[in-house]
Amino acid sequence: MNAYTKYFVKKAGWYLATLIVALMLNFLLPRLIEGNPVSTIASQVSQGMTDSDSIKRVYENFAREFGIDKPLIVQFGIYLKNLLTGDLGTSFGLYPRKVSDILGSAVPWTVGLQLPAILVGWILGNVLGAVAAYRKGVFDKVLFPVALFINSIPFFTLAIMMLYLFGITLKWFPISGGYDYQMVPNLSLEFIWSVIRHHTLPFLSIVLVTIGGQAIGMREMAIYELNSDYVLYSKLLGIRDSRVARYVFRNAMLPQITGLALSLGTMIGGSLICEIVFSYPGIGTWLFTAIRQLDYPLISGCTLLIAVTVLLANFTVEIIYGIVDPRIKAAQMEEG
Amino acid sequence: MGSTVRILLRSPKFLIGAIITLLMTAFVLIYPLINRADPFEMKALAFQPPSSELWLGSDNFGRDLFLELVYGIRTSVEIGLIAGLIATAIGLVIGLASGYVGRWVDNVLTALTNMFIVIPSFVILILISVSIDSRSAFIVALIIGLTSWPWTARAVRAQTVSLRNRDHVNLAKISGHSTFRIIVFEILPYIASYVFMAFILQVASGILAEASISMLGLGPYDTISLGTMMNWALIFAAPVSGAWWAFIPPALVIAVITFALFLINTGMDEIFNPKIRS
Repeated sequence: MNAYTKYFVKKAGWYLATLIVALMLNFLLPRLIEGNPVSTIASQVSQGMTDSDSIKRVYENFAREFGIDKPLIVQFGIYLKNLLTGDLGTSFGLYPRKVSDILGSAVPWTVGLQLPAILVGWILGNVLGAVAAYRKGVFDKVLFPVALFINSIPFFTLAIMMLYLFGITLKWFPISGGYDYQMVPNLSLEFIWSVIRHHTLPFLSIVLVTIGGQAIGMREMAIYELNSDYVLYSKLLGIRDSRVARYVFRNAMLPQITGLALSLGTMIGGSLICEIVFSYPGIGTWLFTAIRQLDYPLISGCTLLIAVTVLLANFTVEIIYGIVDPRIKAAQMEEG
Repeated sequence: MGSTVRILLRSPKFLIGAIITLLMTAFVLIYPLINRADPFEMKALAFQPPSSELWLGSDNFGRDLFLELVYGIRTSVEIGLIAGLIATAIGLVIGLASGYVGRWVDNVLTALTNMFIVIPSFVILILISVSIDSRSAFIVALIIGLTSWPWTARAVRAQTVSLRNRDHVNLAKISGHSTFRIIVFEILPYIASYVFMAFILQVASGILAEASISMLGLGPYDTISLGTMMNWALIFAAPVSGAWWAFIPPALVIAVITFALFLINTGMDEIFNPKIRS
């Protein structure tokens, strides 16, 4: 095996183990905690204590789908089998819609909002942070406190303020939904324009918060690199500034990639709440609705999807990191 | 100790952050003693704009929003402090154990920490909160604390590993001191400032976590917190009604508190971390 394959296999095994733990948590936590939703539903089904026929039907259906009268280990087997076939159960709130259908319709909105927003925010933040460290002076003195303040504004606070300022007061952008509610989704220019206008505010609020955090991290890393011996040595050798800046940027960039991997969970969580503020038709808004309606299968589907996505995204970043960072290759070579 | 405080007071960042935090805490502790009204009491019609009577107007239930804000800050800061204490304590114990004891203890604890860093704590927070029917503010704080320790654990472990083979630690080992004693007297003092900084960050992220989970509708059920205020504002469509006073103040207050805590942290970092001292 060459060094990269080894790195890849090691990481893949590690993430597989983490995935199993995440699945078990998703399964066990709502079943083992005192007063948990699953056993409440189970006891209501067995005692026939539900108030109306429709609720009874919904619960009985759930009991059948997940086998909640069977021992825990059998239940886990059913749960895994359902997962592998892509069956996440039937929603309570929107009975008889399947949870996987609802999530399927929400995923494109969430991905379309978060992926570009986090990437753009990350890249812009890193460039600004590097420039602040390099230029110093006024640019740095102004940028740093602003970034620090933006970074301490939670995602949803910024979202709420933008909603109020640009949506309600100035009326520049629509304030809720993914597209104009009178429209039927199609591929006309008019519809696409409506989607873009609805996308702008949530997108900008995620980008701005991400820039703040990334700029601070990058500035710190770049200052550290700029003070290191190799920079001084290169300068003494008379190497051009632009070239030194490139080395500094590349070295400071590496920890930022790990940083991205580690903060993805928080970013995605924050962006989900951002969706709620704008009633954006993604996973976050569905989670909000599901919690209000005590729609347990939908809640559980959302949490599972979020956990799996965060793990996958982390895995991707770590693989990229392995390719970009020469030290990883060197370390693997030494071991082997 | 005295000299440390004196150095800290020379850092403008630390000073500004500490002053904002202290003033705000003092205000929310003292104000309820002067205005003894019940924050749950309905005083006016729904969504009345700010006036000389109601400084921040009324919410959807017609309650005094200024009074609610005062109680909300109190609850949120309390939740942040309790969650921060729990997370820091767990992180400290796990970090010290895996960093100092090493061997299989380290392997197991590091694997555990790494897993819980990638599994989003946000998700575990939702899963536990959904399962508990009546969540008091303390339960919410407890759940947040129990899910946010991995960062502290990882950082403490790294610091402990770098201290483990210092001369003074080896000397203590040769003198036959117990592991517990070595950790408390030879390791802890060196990472104390660092742990305190981590604690400040944990408090900030605890306040944010409470706000996020409450916005989802999983907040404390019997108290007013900054998160539940925003949850009510969203559920009762305050933004569409143009009632900015129902959601802008709590949103801004959260930003100001976290900013102040970040400033304290950055100020301390610049003093205790020689690498970035300018």
